[in-house]
Amino acid sequence: MANVNETVTLTKKQMKKIEQAESAKGSLGKLPWWVDTIGYIVIVGFAICVLFPLLLLVMVSFTDDVTLTLNGYSLFPEKFSIEAYKYLLENGQQIFRSYGVTVAVTICGTFWALFAMTLFAYVISRDNFPWKSQFTFYVFFCMLFGGGMMPTYMVVSNILGLRDTFWVLILSGSLAPMYIFMMRTYMRTSVPPSVIESASIDGAGEWRCYFTIMLPLSIPMIATIALFVAIRYWNDWNTSFLYIIKNDNMVPIQLMLKRIENNLQYLANATDMSAVEKAELESTLPTESVRMALVVLVCAPILLAFPFFQKYFVKGITVGAVKG
Amino acid sequence: MKKFLKDVGKNKTRLVMALPALIYYFCFNYMPMFGLVIAFQNFNLSKGVFRSNFVGLKNFEFLFTSDKAFIITRNTVLYNLVFIVLGMFLACCLAIILDILGRNPVTQVSQTVILFPQFISWMAGSYLVLAFLDTDKGMLNQIVQFFGGEPSNWYATPTWWPVILVICNLWKHLGYDSIIYYSTIKGFSGEYYEAARIEGATWFQQIRYITFPLMKSILIIMGILKIGSIFASDFGLFYLVTRNSGPLYNVTSTIDTYVYNGLISGGNQGMTAAVGFYQSIIGFLLVLGTNAIVRKVSPEDAMF
Repeated sequence: MANVNETVTLTKKQMKKIEQAESAKGSLGKLPWWVDTIGYIVIVGFAICVLFPLLLLVMVSFTDDVTLTLNGYSLFPEKFSIEAYKYLLENGQQIFRSYGVTVAVTICGTFWALFAMTLFAYVISRDNFPWKSQFTFYVFFCMLFGGGMMPTYMVVSNILGLRDTFWVLILSGSLAPMYIFMMRTYMRTSVPPSVIESASIDGAGEWRCYFTIMLPLSIPMIATIALFVAIRYWNDWNTSFLYIIKNDNMVPIQLMLKRIENNLQYLANATDMSAVEKAELESTLPTESVRMALVVLVCAPILLAFPFFQKYFVKGITVGAVKG
Repeated sequence: MKKFLKDVGKNKTRLVMALPALIYYFCFNYMPMFGLVIAFQNFNLSKGVFRSNFVGLKNFEFLFTSDKAFIITRNTVLYNLVFIVLGMFLACCLAIILDILGRNPVTQVSQTVILFPQFISWMAGSYLVLAFLDTDKGMLNQIVQFFGGEPSNWYATPTWWPVILVICNLWKHLGYDSIIYYSTIKGFSGEYYEAARIEGATWFQQIRYITFPLMKSILIIMGILKIGSIFASDFGLFYLVTRNSGPLYNVTSTIDTYVYNGLISGGNQGMTAAVGFYQSIIGFLLVLGTNAIVRKVSPEDAMF
């Protein structure tokens, strides 16, 4: 009898501990030592291969420029220096600006995308909406067929006139049909329809139902999608690459990387310049370590934030894989 | 009609709510679809879609009589096939290894690390590749020289690029894919394994007779779905990582990079449009086809 009572009174914490101990064994039970060893070698080896280029990048950004020219890129540079970061701090007006553009686009874009996607998902998740299937198909068809790069480019720049604006960075590619469907499925299955119904019987309008019931109850799904959307905005270079051409105030950090490289290529290929002119132009361009430091600054926010949000990522991956 | 108006009246708030997304998809997806007609025009950017002359299938004639169409199609399809087959196989192996090791600090840190590259853009990735392949300072040339070889200009030598691109692609996506399969394996009931162990099955027999058969269906579905998008290439990988280097075009140009280069060079717009049209249509047919197959194999996994 006492035994039974004990199992009943197991706290949640204890249950979790037992679960963890169970999963720590792996699902195949105990293995011969050499299988374990090979397993660890493979998985840790792969993790090191993944990490190696990133470490190299960081080390190069901390290497003295003279040492770089003499010895090339190395994981253990002879002479360290933080000149690159100092240079970025002191001469980086354009770079700060670009960073600002990227941050602004990421924040505004995530809000816009989540707002538009959850609203649409809310509408098509309601059972008594008469054009539910037509609206769903309207979005779904975009997953199957598209005009491709060239017609899209013409529509966006010539008909909508969005080239070189902030809006193109926010809008282009912002609403993913898959996220809308993930959202709709969540709203349909995890939020009891009776809650919304009884609210509307009590006189709550659609907007009220959406803001005070649906949104708060869908927070877990919204958080997951928000992370994926925010990362897409941060990493989005295609849009700026195509549409930001003349407006130097709207260059996001990813495009900045490309522009620096283009200038270098231009310099390398220029034959009609004298050596003096070349040297002069070269001195205005960031050195190798500065460029690598810039790449570090582009990747760092995501990689630093990542471990804290990994839970959501893994959840999102699983949900996404088992289709919306 | 009366019912329609009544429905509209009843749902007007909802229609307003759906409006942002409706307008968005109209502008960014449906309007460009009509733009596909430029594939049949002698298109001129200054004249626009409405005033350019129609030339029938001439652009396609040009495209398919040159060897361009063959090269870019071959590259796109073959690279994607290798990415799919090799990627799925290795991701499965990693997932099984993660599963047999169980959850402990080492595997958990490794899991975090192998997910990193998925969230780094190819723009930053291209600089990582440069750190290895740079002619003067790159790591690879340093290693080659250390063993007494001659340093080479990697961005002008096509020979090794198929291998380099495959490695880059695996570096970026393998971790993410293996986590997908890992969570699939985690979803299998532990009872199968327990029962097998009681019957005296070894670890290898458990993988062979339990994990594999259970994985088979999801692998087939994922494979078929991926084949549906085999005509779309990863623009960042083929454009940025290769630095759009001319000498490499033979082994690195894909449909997307060809369209982009055509678009910015302003050269033969008609042919570029024809390539875009060809990609859109074949891609569409492939998705329909693969979905039909999935519906036969396992109806609940079909997209529609």
